[in-house]
Amino acid sequence: MNRFAALLDRLIYTPSRNGKIRLLTDYFRETPDPDRGWAVAAITRDLEIRSVKLAAIREIIASRVDEVLFNLSRDYVGDTAEAAALIWPERHGANRVPTLTEVVEELNAASRTEAPKLVEAWFDALDADGRWALIKLITGGLRIGVASRLVKLALADFGNKEPQEIEELWHGLEAPYTDLFAWLEGKAEKPTNAMLAPFRPVMLSHPIEEGDQDRIDLATMAKEWKWDGIRIQLVREGDEARLYTRTGDDISSAFPDVIEGFSVNAAIDGELLVFDPNITEQFAVRPFNDLQQRLNRKKVSAKMMASNPAFVRAYDILWCGEQDLRRAPLSVRRARLEALIGPGLARVDLSPRLEADDWQTLAHLRANPPIDAIEGVMLKSLDSEYVPGRPKGPWWKWKKDPRLVDAVLMYAQRGHGKRSSFYSDYTFGCWQGDELVPVGKAYSGFTDQELKKIDKFVRDNTVERFGPVRSVRADREFGLVFEVAFEGLNRSTRHKSGLAMRFPRINRLRWDKPSGEADNLTALEAMLPPE
Amino acid sequence: MKPEALLHPTPKGLYCPPGDFYIDPVAPVDRAVITHGHADHARAGHGAVLATPETLAIMAVRYGEGFTQQRQALPLGEVIDVSGVSVWLSPAGHVLGSAQAVVERQGTRIVTTGDYKRRRDPTCDAFEPVACDVFISEATFGLPVFHHPDTASEVRKLLRSVEQFPERTHLVGAYALGKAQRVICHLREEGYDKPIFIHGAMQKLCDLYEELGVSLGPLETATVERGKVEKSRFAGEIVICPPSAIQTTWARRFPDPLPVFASGWMRVRQRAKQRGVELPLIMSDHADWAELTDTVREVDPAQLWVTHGREDALCRWAELEGRQAKAMRLVGYEEDGE
Ligand SMILES: [Zn+2]
Ligand SMILES: [Zn+2]
Repeated sequence: MNRFAALLDRLIYTPSRNGKIRLLTDYFRETPDPDRGWAVAAITRDLEIRSVKLAAIREIIASRVDEVLFNLSRDYVGDTAEAAALIWPERHGANRVPTLTEVVEELNAASRTEAPKLVEAWFDALDADGRWALIKLITGGLRIGVASRLVKLALADFGNKEPQEIEELWHGLEAPYTDLFAWLEGKAEKPTNAMLAPFRPVMLSHPIEEGDQDRIDLATMAKEWKWDGIRIQLVREGDEARLYTRTGDDISSAFPDVIEGFSVNAAIDGELLVFDPNITEQFAVRPFNDLQQRLNRKKVSAKMMASNPAFVRAYDILWCGEQDLRRAPLSVRRARLEALIGPGLARVDLSPRLEADDWQTLAHLRANPPIDAIEGVMLKSLDSEYVPGRPKGPWWKWKKDPRLVDAVLMYAQRGHGKRSSFYSDYTFGCWQGDELVPVGKAYSGFTDQELKKIDKFVRDNTVERFGPVRSVRADREFGLVFEVAFEGLNRSTRHKSGLAMRFPRINRLRWDKPSGEADNLTALEAMLPPE
Repeated sequence: MKPEALLHPTPKGLYCPPGDFYIDPVAPVDRAVITHGHADHARAGHGAVLATPETLAIMAVRYGEGFTQQRQALPLGEVIDVSGVSVWLSPAGHVLGSAQAVVERQGTRIVTTGDYKRRRDPTCDAFEPVACDVFISEATFGLPVFHHPDTASEVRKLLRSVEQFPERTHLVGAYALGKAQRVICHLREEGYDKPIFIHGAMQKLCDLYEELGVSLGPLETATVERGKVEKSRFAGEIVICPPSAIQTTWARRFPDPLPVFASGWMRVRQRAKQRGVELPLIMSDHADWAELTDTVREVDPAQLWVTHGREDALCRWAELEGRQAKAMRLVGYEEDGE
């Protein structure tokens, strides 16, 4: 448990991906089975463990700590779990530090009334970091900023395997993954994925950049819209059906409507979208915001499913019945897909092909998509196999030009890691009368040289400091103007401006532009999709 | 006599009317007794300063030789009479030269701890409890959540990280007086014998420590000549600097710096996160909760006066223990010092 606690402690403070991967691989190397497997499950949140409520933890604390002192402490620390972990007065005695495995197994074997007694004994054996990790683990709050994708990368790195291999196996494996670790360490054969409806690693495209057009022969390419939802994989194998994100996270439980509306034995690559329930003749795609409301939740209410029904617009087919189609050319796969889906299933339809023989026609389509929920166009070589990863050449994306707005820098925050001595995260605003209203945040889009200049500007023009944040001078007479590029706008009640930008980044620094001439909030409001 | 007549708070600091002197005054006064060299306790511009020889030397390095008109060195344990008040200094274990100030008159004795800690510190003498009627204790970490872990294990965290990330420079933020030298000594105790790089602002104090008999091993100044080759020589090295330097442009001279901060405040995650620290080392020169409460029990004064930090919790604890205690809100000391 101590090693696990130490790992969590370092992971939460380490901002860089590579740093996290190194901490994880070192941990895998030094930690025996099955502890390391339980740790993986805990971090990827695949761990099934009897939960203990925070209220029960507070009761345990109250048995040994004065309430006034606890409340003073909690107010100071700002987090009940952390205050509890720190304040616990250890009773010394025959307290052996439990392993992570013991915690998992003993807790799962315990009854509801036995669980708090176990926790109390562990509190005495562990140190403050250990108690914190334990509380986070059993109260279900292990949010440490490590995506399951990152853990899979670390596992691949540890075993010198391709990340796709791990992803392909993942959903067939069970914690504590001893068979996986045995394979990664070269001590056993690769585990076979016996699970029905497994995930198959996804093929991705490259953006078309300057000069690429000359090298692409449009006649050999299939063209289609790039829909603005989330890329998914929908798989059914008999009674088992699953919906995966492009990184292999299983989101089936949040989309029972899609699962139910997909009746054929196949693995489909497509886009998850939300449609307007009032239009019945075809799926009328709603803006991304409507999909957003259904993401990041484990369960979905009937009401939400009725107001924001989801469907999949199919791009490709990877597997059909008993046959793996990934080595067949796209033209063949497309024919299979069309035959399978035909005019459409209850919650699946086909992404239509576009006709464009030359770049000019294609550019026109890209610039004038029929609806908002289209991000651009896709080009896919008709003879391309379905290759996991991002091979350069067969698939291209050509996104529509971003929206632009001129906004004024208001706040700057210090970055992390390499950027910890730079003010590199910016909040910018647009005018509403003589007041600036924050409209977004960005931390990319500029060069290192430009970063240095902005950093200097921030330091030279600081008005106030709040911890790692500085407010900078920004008024009608003086301020730094950013040309901000973004992909779309949503309405938002959480922001004072009433809107939220998607993928904002700094497009250009407008040192030349007087701050008073930056855009008004009304300019952004005009870009909002109709309600 | 009533203890309040012997020592009581004023806007300039703790004042002793019969002896006509202040302890750690926050504004210039005629006569001051200084417990230790940290800036919130030791200020320049007093008429006369009474302190340990080490504290006087530290003040001279920090403020220049003219920091006071008259220095009076009082070695630990030696008693002097100041207008009928007996005054002596007893080690506080906080930083080199740090002392508790003991004042006594007509059978009433008051101990002012200044800042103190109880755990071993290779750079200074250990705290010695002095029986007294009134114990004026600091309470910087006066909340029961503060339990400073074993110092050696915190230092080993740093060494382990250097091993794990050999291409990066570990920039250790540590206060220039006391903490920096203590980190260095603990690194040496763990067998780290490579040169340790120090920020220019720490040079003089490190030299003084050496002069006063605290050996720090090979130190080098962390300066970089222009050019890539030079920069890369700091890969895998430990650089000690004032905490504020980590966020300044100075830090950019090192390859992919990994910000470390050695402070008792690192116990609280939000604090560490807010500072952008990647490796928090929980290491303090102040007593933690257990040290504070154990010390009060050990000294067992008739009255406990609490100052300097989170007074509420320590007073509540005293109440639960059946001890007489009061919060003495002195102004001018850094809440978050060291
Ligand atoms: Zn101090
Ligand atoms: Zn102090």
